[in-house]
Amino acid sequence: MDLTFSADERAFEQEVRDFIAANLTPEMKRATALTPSVFSDPDIGMAWQRALHKKGWSAPGWPVEYGGPDWTPAQRWIFEAECARAGVPNVNVMGVKMVGPVIIGFGSPEQKNFYLPRILSGEDYWCQGYSEPGSGSDLASLKTRAARDGDDYVINGTKIWTTHAHHANRMFALVRTNETERQQDGISFILIDMKTPGITTRPILTIGGDHEVNQVFFDDVRVPVANRVGEEGKGWTYGKYLLEFERGSGIASAKLRDALKTISELAESDATGHAIGDPDIAVRMSEIEVDIDALEMTELRVLSALQTGQNPGAVSSLLKLRVSEIRQAVTRLGVDVIGNDGLYVEPMRPLYRLKEAPGIPEELLPVVPEYLNGRAYTIFGGSSEIQRDIVAKMVLGL
Amino acid sequence: MDLNLSDEQRLLRESADRFVNETYTADHRRKIANDPLGFSMDIWKQFADLGWLALPIPEAHGGLGGGAIEIGILMEAFGRGLVSEPYLSTVIGTSLISECGTETQKQALLPKIADGSLILAFAHSERQARYDLAEVATTAKRTPDGWRIDGQKTAVLDGGAAAQIVVSARIDAGKIGLFMVPQGAAGLTSHDFPRLGGGRACNLELRDVELPADALLGDGSDALPAIEVVVDRAMAALGAEAVGIMQTLLDQTLEYTKIRKQFGRPLSANQVIRHRLADMAMQCDEARSMALRAALMADAEPVTRSRAASGAKAKIGKCARFVAEQSVQLHGAMGVTEELDIGSYFKRLLAFETLFGGSAHHYRRHAALGGRAVEA
Repeated sequence: MDLTFSADERAFEQEVRDFIAANLTPEMKRATALTPSVFSDPDIGMAWQRALHKKGWSAPGWPVEYGGPDWTPAQRWIFEAECARAGVPNVNVMGVKMVGPVIIGFGSPEQKNFYLPRILSGEDYWCQGYSEPGSGSDLASLKTRAARDGDDYVINGTKIWTTHAHHANRMFALVRTNETERQQDGISFILIDMKTPGITTRPILTIGGDHEVNQVFFDDVRVPVANRVGEEGKGWTYGKYLLEFERGSGIASAKLRDALKTISELAESDATGHAIGDPDIAVRMSEIEVDIDALEMTELRVLSALQTGQNPGAVSSLLKLRVSEIRQAVTRLGVDVIGNDGLYVEPMRPLYRLKEAPGIPEELLPVVPEYLNGRAYTIFGGSSEIQRDIVAKMVLGL
Repeated sequence: MDLNLSDEQRLLRESADRFVNETYTADHRRKIANDPLGFSMDIWKQFADLGWLALPIPEAHGGLGGGAIEIGILMEAFGRGLVSEPYLSTVIGTSLISECGTETQKQALLPKIADGSLILAFAHSERQARYDLAEVATTAKRTPDGWRIDGQKTAVLDGGAAAQIVVSARIDAGKIGLFMVPQGAAGLTSHDFPRLGGGRACNLELRDVELPADALLGDGSDALPAIEVVVDRAMAALGAEAVGIMQTLLDQTLEYTKIRKQFGRPLSANQVIRHRLADMAMQCDEARSMALRAALMADAEPVTRSRAASGAKAKIGKCARFVAEQSVQLHGAMGVTEELDIGSYFKRLLAFETLFGGSAHHYRRHAALGGRAVEA
């Protein structure tokens, strides 16, 4: 057993560092630091995606025949860790990490040929149509109807919490193609061009003041049947497969460590009046750091099992719960670190395009919005309550 | 980067698990609880035969040269069985001799540890010190023939069973020495007591205890850095033991909630219970990760090693308390009785939390070692 990487892996680490140094501009880095929502706006995120694509690194988890870089689990770890350390943009995962794997796993050859290259290059920008106003945790109760009419489906209904729907040119969605006794059996997985007539998008502002999510309405929207992925009525299976990617992309500790480092640097700076001198802040910082240590070890245990072709088993399903809780603890600590400056509200977005210098040190601006928006971490992608149900069932066999 | 067990480590785990399953039954524990020694000499001999006593001894001295990972594998299994043999105390003593002893001392003592004929204990804690390792009021004065020790030590684990006790004493203001004090030495008074969670411990009084010159381990340089190394490793080992205990509590509680029926259905059919169990499972897993991490960093440079050890002690302590208290809670009134095993595991975890300092102490130490402005 050891925690050290091999000489080859060290060389790869250096290659990643060199790549980041050559491609991450100060503007991208600043914009990322000043973005209080989950994902970078497309102008920032896609610029990074294009740089990765040029290097052949835009889809770390994909099989090599579809354009993946053929990395070992350790290489993926190193890549994610270095990206987090450097503060690269948070590219919207809907394309590469979510719909990509589903198309690879269940799509037709035509769908693979058409969509996959456009995901890799960033030419297509995807959003996810899963939740509905009446279907949150109980996703299988979804009602958006796709009625067959010749070679088309005619879609009516509405999707909500649709991240970056206002930027996306494509949506993957779960729609009801049949009324079945078991409601999961009537769901299909469909790819929608956002420019199709009948689609309207309404912005929803989150409590941090950011426009990241939307409600999308479908009014007799005609989508070719050829845009269905896999079989009709099997959408639930494909969607669950995708949710596993959303929950356990498996390498979150490096990002959390970077987020804590940001707060720690603020606490040590004059901007916060040296908040670290408060013993409560110092000890809480250690508590969170230790929680991240534990998470990182769990991730490395999973990685080790994967490296030798073992099934890491149930342990990975515990990760989403901890990642979201630790993320919230970090953002909460941030609020306490900046003290009175947390009262300052800057409604303009994006923060990195402010025309005038704000009334508090710029780096403090995203702290409260990050905490406020971050309450969503334990809600999206399956709430913590749903995750505990899953752990009880799948890990404990209850 | 590889956190999988090697073949040798896997075999070690299998043999430890087998031993605990076959030998350390609830009946055995009940018998041992009333034994004045607090453990079985026959089992101690088996430890020697299995090579477990030679495990922490360097190969150069006839040992197996095992590290923190191997000790952790044994300790986790011992935790499952609530083993009460003085294993950790002897490992601590062995490490102190290996770290500080002269070649002559190592050659004289280490083989006897390996063959099971020398049980050790470490007497360091003092009442006024709380958990500050540097705070030692016991004194060692030079005499024409060697040394004279005076002072009091508390919570000496397995002090009654040990043939020799490693006693820390202040040689002068800047220096702590470690002395091999034989059981029954003139001036040594021992108040032996049954220990919370199983096994035994004692408080020691040393009044004008005269020792030969070679009772001092090593050349008389300050032993504090060695004590810190050894205590950090001991905390990693205790962490692994705690993981074994927590896993057992989780397994037993899970079984119980499936069998116990109220309102016409098993307890485990209730979401509030299922979520509690999910949290217990999560905390068991976090504790496992932290124990492993402390073991992997046991030989790292001092700040990294000590932060890993304190981080593990703090985090595992917090998780242990949750798992222990919830195990009792979910067993209902039966959980508060001596009729189930749950209470024994609960008490061993309570002892774990206290040993070498609780979670609050170790979060502060972690922060201070990380350059954060708190007093450890």
